[in-house]
Amino acid sequence: MTGLLSRREAVFGGLCLCCLPTLGRAAAETFEMREVGPGIYVRCGPHEEASARNDDAIANIGFIVGRDGVLVTESGGSLADGAWLRAEIRKRTEKPIRHVVLTHVHPDHCFGAAAFAEDKPAFIGHHALRAALDARGDYYRQRLVDILGPEKAGSVVYPTQAVTDGAEIDLGDRTLRLTAHGTAHTNCDLSMIDTASGLLFPADLLFVNRVPSLDGSLLGWLREAERLKATGAARAVPGHGPASVDLAPALADLTRYLGLLRDETRKAIAEDVPIEKAVQTVAQSERDRWVLFDAYNGRNVTQAFKELEWE
Amino acid sequence: MKTLRSLALGLAVSTGLALVPAAGFAAGASDTDAERQARWTEIATSIFGDRKIEPTESLIKVDAPARAMDAALVPITLTMPEKDRIKGVHFIIDDNPSPYAAHFTFGPAADPGELKLRVRINNYTNVHAVAETTDGQLYEAAKFVKASGGCSAPMGMSDEEAMRGMGDMKMKFSGDAQSGKPVEATLMIRHPNFSGMQMNQVTRDYTPARYINKLTVSYGDANVFTMDGDISISSNPVINFAFVPKGSGPIKVAATDNQGGQWQHSFTAPSPSN
Repeated sequence: MTGLLSRREAVFGGLCLCCLPTLGRAAAETFEMREVGPGIYVRCGPHEEASARNDDAIANIGFIVGRDGVLVTESGGSLADGAWLRAEIRKRTEKPIRHVVLTHVHPDHCFGAAAFAEDKPAFIGHHALRAALDARGDYYRQRLVDILGPEKAGSVVYPTQAVTDGAEIDLGDRTLRLTAHGTAHTNCDLSMIDTASGLLFPADLLFVNRVPSLDGSLLGWLREAERLKATGAARAVPGHGPASVDLAPALADLTRYLGLLRDETRKAIAEDVPIEKAVQTVAQSERDRWVLFDAYNGRNVTQAFKELEWE
Repeated sequence: MKTLRSLALGLAVSTGLALVPAAGFAAGASDTDAERQARWTEIATSIFGDRKIEPTESLIKVDAPARAMDAALVPITLTMPEKDRIKGVHFIIDDNPSPYAAHFTFGPAADPGELKLRVRINNYTNVHAVAETTDGQLYEAAKFVKASGGCSAPMGMSDEEAMRGMGDMKMKFSGDAQSGKPVEATLMIRHPNFSGMQMNQVTRDYTPARYINKLTVSYGDANVFTMDGDISISSNPVINFAFVPKGSGPIKVAATDNQGGQWQHSFTAPSPSN
């Protein structure tokens, strides 16, 4: 057991120093942007749940500076987080903020968007994002208001450009190639690759160290993970985890967990193991490999069970 | 039953707004035991009138997770060890906007020793199971469950998606049928069971409640159980029950919803081979 514990400590302390919780201080003030590629800046979020202390600044967010302007890769988890990101951009460049990418519907990724309203950027999202925001936006906003208060929470921002299949954004000296994925982590996941650096931005299609949360389709996520692999990108900026990682081993970790979740859930269903038992047993061998495992695995099993029991 | 239903739905509509914690009605995690008891007394009176309900540790037991992993799908197990004495079971989620989740009445083909269902839970709440015995007495058992937002949480991503295949059913059986021995069955029904508290994505309005309000399961000519359901049953309802195969099946399931939907399916049930 000691070995397993130290493994977990390694996940916290060794691999991702910037993700350590910042005790006793407003998290956003102590974060810093890292330049992970030429003109590419990422702030990595701590592996925590949204709280009044962290302003829901828990995802990896950042921006890319091109010749003609700035593209925001992820907007932040609240108006406060988005405003912090905008200030960080303005410390580094006066170029216009032309694009804000909304990678999917989850609040830790899209509630910073309102902080960029004055820049009048194109808000870019998956073609299914609008409907997903219609269904959930107000609910998420209310939950954020409950946690952060109305001033910091932000409002629902809709995409002004919808991506169906693929799209390209030209920043002058570099192009971002966007892909609208099939239902996977959610039903509106957008990924992006920077042609100048070859860096992949899979958003929450890739979790590193923090346990993946399933809110779309387990089988779909495994399929889309194959598509990410097929891009041939060497490095990626995960939605949660270190600022950038080698893609192949990170995807291998992700698909090992998701594959186990699929196989053990199928087995439980086939053996008439009831769902209330399955949530306690499925994928437990992964427990010491992921932060926040106990907070999400049971829910992931519930999602997987619902999806697979009709097979 | 009629008046209770309309009472329940009236509450469901009004608390669509009460999701804001500041609203007066909203029950909370901080309620005292006395407040919870008062609420239960009020609900029990609305359902059972002035009939006396005795606490029991032997006639019915409720199993539920102390903290729900998914508030929109909380698995509940009801155990009734003295099954020959059980005529029906009521399941109530005290702090849900429409507390009276389900009422099961068992027929001659039932084996009412265990029943499982999946429910939505909207708040930190007591859940109550009330068993009705064949001699007309009522016995209650309770369990406290921590959950939030189960009724209002958006379920799928679109209503259309949620309604796909509505009325499809599946049934699984476990164990070999032997004459007189109960067979366990799992009934799965495709139905969104809209709670009336989920926002519709197109109209920016609440999707009207659409839920299975009556479910009848029979084996051959004999009734297994009848369920009166409400908005607290999770989408795509799954119910585990047991029946005693006497004679030959099939198992027939008839479901209706509150908007006039009607579905019937017949399943080949394991029949005693000896």
